[in-house]
Parts: sequence; structure tokens; C-alpha cells
Amino acid sequence: MAADVTPAPLPRSTSADRRQPKPPRGNFELYAWVFMRISGVLLVLLVLGHFGIMHVIDGGLDRINFAFVSGRWANPFWRVYDFAMLTLALLHGGNGLRVIIDDYARTGTRRLLYQSVNAIVVGLTWALGTLTIFAFTPQPT
Amino acid sequence: MQVKLRVRRFNPETDSESRIETYDVPADPMDRVLDLLHWVKWNVDGSLTFRRSCAHGICGSDAMLINGTNRLACKVLVREVGDQITVEPLRGLPVNKDLLVDMEPFFASYREVLPYLVNDDPAPDTERRQSQADRERFDDTTKCILCAACTTSCPVFWADDEYFGPAAIVNAHRFIFDSRDQGAAQRLTVLNDKEGVWRCRTTFNCTDACPRGIKVTQAIQEVKRALLFRKV
Repeated sequence: MAADVTPAPLPRSTSADRRQPKPPRGNFELYAWVFMRISGVLLVLLVLGHFGIMHVIDGGLDRINFAFVSGRWANPFWRVYDFAMLTLALLHGGNGLRVIIDDYARTGTRRLLYQSVNAIVVGLTWALGTLTIFAFTPQPT
Repeated sequence: MQVKLRVRRFNPETDSESRIETYDVPADPMDRVLDLLHWVKWNVDGSLTFRRSCAHGICGSDAMLINGTNRLACKVLVREVGDQITVEPLRGLPVNKDLLVDMEPFFASYREVLPYLVNDDPAPDTERRQSQADRERFDDTTKCILCAACTTSCPVFWADDEYFGPAAIVNAHRFIFDSRDQGAAQRLTVLNDKEGVWRCRTTFNCTDACPRGIKVTQAIQEVKRALLFRKV
């Protein structure tokens, strides 16, 4: 007598196959990756411009003093320029460190510690740099 | 000629650390490294443990670290590597004994990417047809023999054993870009994970290591692009 035969389910992967289930993080890693690409290209341009102005043109480092910086930051363009460089460099470097910490710090507590230190250092440096750039008052020379 | 064959040995029953043992092996320049291992196993020490099956570069069983590079022992000739040869187990996978590694973490990642045709349409009477151009799209990644040479050459995988690794991504690529397959969205969701394609730093170690010459890094980048533009 023919019994009802249900076809066996396809061999789908189950969570037991993996070492441990991880919470879904949506598209965060995708956006982080795109950010690294775009910020990398922007940083090359920004840093080359910065390097040219500060180190090459008109005698480079020798002419840099308080008056030079003061004169430059009198123009809001250069404040935004430096702020962009500061922000992109910190986020680019911080995200790179985040990925490397994820590689090497495999246990929860160590990972949390390193990631926290990374985030705090990036955050404090950013806050201090931003404060300097925007709170600076140009002095007439 | 005589070859100085150095083999990293490990016996889990007696050793706490692996050690290098050296054997002087008579060899012909046209011998394969696998032949040298056979000579040692059959003439010197029968307990030398390694994996091999077809011995002709097809089954992918005998990938190992030969003079610092992941190669198939059955495809490397003595004349290519000289008379000083060091053979070690693949990196990044647990060593069971001598050159034999536990492949289970590797295959767990492989299973995760649904490495088979997903198509819920009723099966046609004949084959599922496909144009030559559509077949060409994923031709390169059909060549994978699952030897693990790429995954175990990846520095990210060495440090982070939860990373899917190049081989799993290559085998996902093989079906994601197959016009007959309908599981691309599922696979892309799996590979959009923190331990998925975004962990690849394009060091190209995998491409260098592949004994089948698969452009592994390119395949990974194509999967990233598919995720980025939501387009296969």
C-alpha cells in the first residue's frame, strides 16, 4: 500500500551550522565599506591640498606662525576644509581600527574594552579639534 | 637527486606542540611533493598523516603549506620548489594530526551560502536552458574544488575564524550569477553579514593561492557590487 510520502525538505542551512548566531546588523557594514571608499578618495585630495599649502608653497613650514594660521582661519572656507579633514580622517581611521579590533579581539569583554577605547579616543579628538577650529578667534596682526 | 623534506608533525596523543622532522628523500625533479610524502609514509614512518584522494589536482584533498605557500601537494613538482622543501598543515584550521586539518569550520561556512541551485519553478521536461553569455557570467567560479587553499591563505580568516572566507563567497558567486537560480537574494543577505564579504580587505592572497587559477578576489568584489547596487 502506497503511503503518503512528503518530499524531504531541501538541505537548507540551519543556524546550528554556524559557530554562534549573530544579531542581524542590516546594511551597517555595507555603508561602512562605502564610507571607507569615499572618505579615502576625499582624504587624498584634502591631505594633498593641506600638504601643499602648509609644507611646499612659499617656503613651506618656515613661514607658518600664529599670524599665518590666524589669517587662514579668517576665511570660513579653510575652517570647513580643516573640519572636513579632521572628521573624515578620524572616522576613516576609527572605522579601520574597529574592523581590525573585530578581527583580533574575539571575546566579548576584550572587544568591548578595545572598541570603547577606540570610540572614546576618536570622539574626544574630534571634539577637541572641532572646538579649536570653530572657537578660534582670528587676531589682527 | 636528494631532497631535504621538512615536515611539521603533530601527534595529539603525545605532543603538546608541533615539531619539524627532516627526511632525506630520493627524488626525481619530475616527482610531485605528494610522492615525497608517500615515500616517507611507505618507507620511513607509516604514522605520517595527510589527506589525499585522487592525487591529480581534481579532488582538492591535499592542499597544504609548501615552502610557505598554499599549494596542492599533487600539483607541485620537485623541480618547481627545489631540494629544500618544507611542508606544513594549512593555517587557520585546527590540526588533527600532522598535515591533517579539521575542515569542518570551512564546510560550515560553505553550507551557509546555499551552494546548490535554488529554483522553485516546476522542473522542465528537459534541461534548464541558458545562453552562452549567461553561462560565461559565472564560469570562473565553477572551477572551485573546495581545497581550502584560498580561505586558509586569508589573513582575515587566520585572525577571525567566523569570517566566511573566500571559498564560501566563490561558491555563493557561482549560484548568485547563475541565470537559472532564484536564491541570489537569500545568499546576498547571508553575505551582507558582519562576517561576510565586507570583511575582505582585498589582499589577493586567495587569488595567488588558488590552484585552479580562479580570480577569487574579483569574485568577492563582484558580490560586493551586487550588494551595493542591488543588482545581479
